Amino acid sequence: MQYDHVVCAFCGCDCDDISVTIDGDRITQAKNACVLGKAWFLSHGRPSDLPVARIEGQPVSLDEGIEAAARSLAESRYPLIYGLSSTSCEAQRKSVALAEVLGGCIDCCTSVCHGPSGMALQGVGEPTCTLGEVKNRADLVIYWGSNPGESHPRHMARYAVTAKGMFIPKGRKDRTVILVDVRRTPSAGAADIFLQINPGKDFEALWALQALVNGQTLDSDAVSGIGLTLEQLTSLADKMMHCKFGVLFAGQGLTQTRGKHFNTSAAFLLIRAIHRHTKFAIIPMRGHGNVTGIDNVLGWQTGYPFGVNFSLGYPRFNPGEYTVVDLLSRGETDAALVVAADPVSSLPARAVRRLSEIPMIALDTHESETTRIARIAFTTATAGIHAEGTVYRMDNIPIRLRKVLSSSYPSDEEVIRRLLVRVKELKAC
Amino acid sequence: MVKQRLTLITGRSTRQGAGISNGKELPEYKEATGMIDLNQMDMQRSGLNTGDPVRLTTDFGNAEATCRLADIPEGLAFISFGPVCNRLIGSETYASGMPDSKHIQVAIAGIVKDRSRET
Repeated sequence: MQYDHVVCAFCGCDCDDISVTIDGDRITQAKNACVLGKAWFLSHGRPSDLPVARIEGQPVSLDEGIEAAARSLAESRYPLIYGLSSTSCEAQRKSVALAEVLGGCIDCCTSVCHGPSGMALQGVGEPTCTLGEVKNRADLVIYWGSNPGESHPRHMARYAVTAKGMFIPKGRKDRTVILVDVRRTPSAGAADIFLQINPGKDFEALWALQALVNGQTLDSDAVSGIGLTLEQLTSLADKMMHCKFGVLFAGQGLTQTRGKHFNTSAAFLLIRAIHRHTKFAIIPMRGHGNVTGIDNVLGWQTGYPFGVNFSLGYPRFNPGEYTVVDLLSRGETDAALVVAADPVSSLPARAVRRLSEIPMIALDTHESETTRIARIAFTTATAGIHAEGTVYRMDNIPIRLRKVLSSSYPSDEEVIRRLLVRVKELKAC
Repeated sequence: MVKQRLTLITGRSTRQGAGISNGKELPEYKEATGMIDLNQMDMQRSGLNTGDPVRLTTDFGNAEATCRLADIPEGLAFISFGPVCNRLIGSETYASGMPDSKHIQVAIAGIVKDRSRET
């Protein structure tokens, strides 16, 4: 059996043109998917023999797992709910409600990928657009600190570079593509111009560009150390000001290096400054399939995109205090619920050490380093393969996931909903 | 072998990304995340060849990796996200929530195997 127009929920592109072939109880083909999408469909679309729930590694029933997990969370003084980047918005909503009832913290993978972009958005605003506008209008495309050829393999073909659009009828021939990075990545081959800046100099480069766009005069000494000459910067600023519609895709090269939210704020302010000359937008290159979704869900429910604390009964936001790396590495969290993420293999060692010391509950579709050390582990259905749901593409467009295989496992939403019900009973609220 | 200090960059790669789904316990994922890309001059300076094991040390931890010649600027080193890079990253986020995952100073030194113990 074949299903067309299936959404791949692996990365932030959320490509919705995948044709999935089902043979019995497994996916055997994912046509149109990239190498990352194929790996996601084929590995998640095969039968699993994992128990639905485990306590200390021993199989238990779903009811027993729910009861033990609810008690563990209800008894904790400062629980953390973390992850949520590879699950549905419906599960994310329930997780926010659970964090509020628990009076704990809720944080997501955003805090270790594009959290600084979220901080810049709140600080200076985000002049943005949809990927559809990029496809149909963008004649200048800049990737800054991003390697889409490896991280988002279909981004260039589907939305930004070779795609033909309403006002870009010749596709690639109608666009100028520029890559700015500290190393020549495989993506550089797809660009017209590769600009290699020095590590840790993103802020200086972006600030110099803003000065040039604002008509200020710079001398060569002012831009020394950036890795680009004044002529290169002037040429780039000129291209940005004189395109018809430009877009800058901001990668983790900006968010994970020195400067962090100052880098992304400088990028957002540069785009704002260019608006005096032409139309331009910025879109963060979001990694996981629904990491944009948790930012949206947290945003509309609490006002903040990540790192939210409910200890006082109302939401508070303070990156560095209520964010996962800080909470764990300082030893403040005394219990954790990890949903659809693998922090044990993705966070710094000191934070991971704390996770191994406290009662941790993990929900995942497959075995991971995190489920292996979790006190209680639930195996759940994969959103987009075994369960329906909503995800947000990297440009904040909601997309409906389809169910193409049946599963005996509950969805993340179902497990968290039951945890919420039981925790409310235990806390008598 | 000469020990030298480089600037470490971490990030995604196709094989690392596919390994997230295929299984992090598989050799392909461990290989993809256990390789450090180096410039030719830096490898020559340290007396390293592609495939040599190296010890990496930062202010926050240490780890072993396998070096590989790559098209990367002199003074820079690249490792894909994964267990090796996590051991080299600190937990200070400077009130941002985000640890420094790129632009980290790393000392790199070749590991000399004790061949007298090999049979």
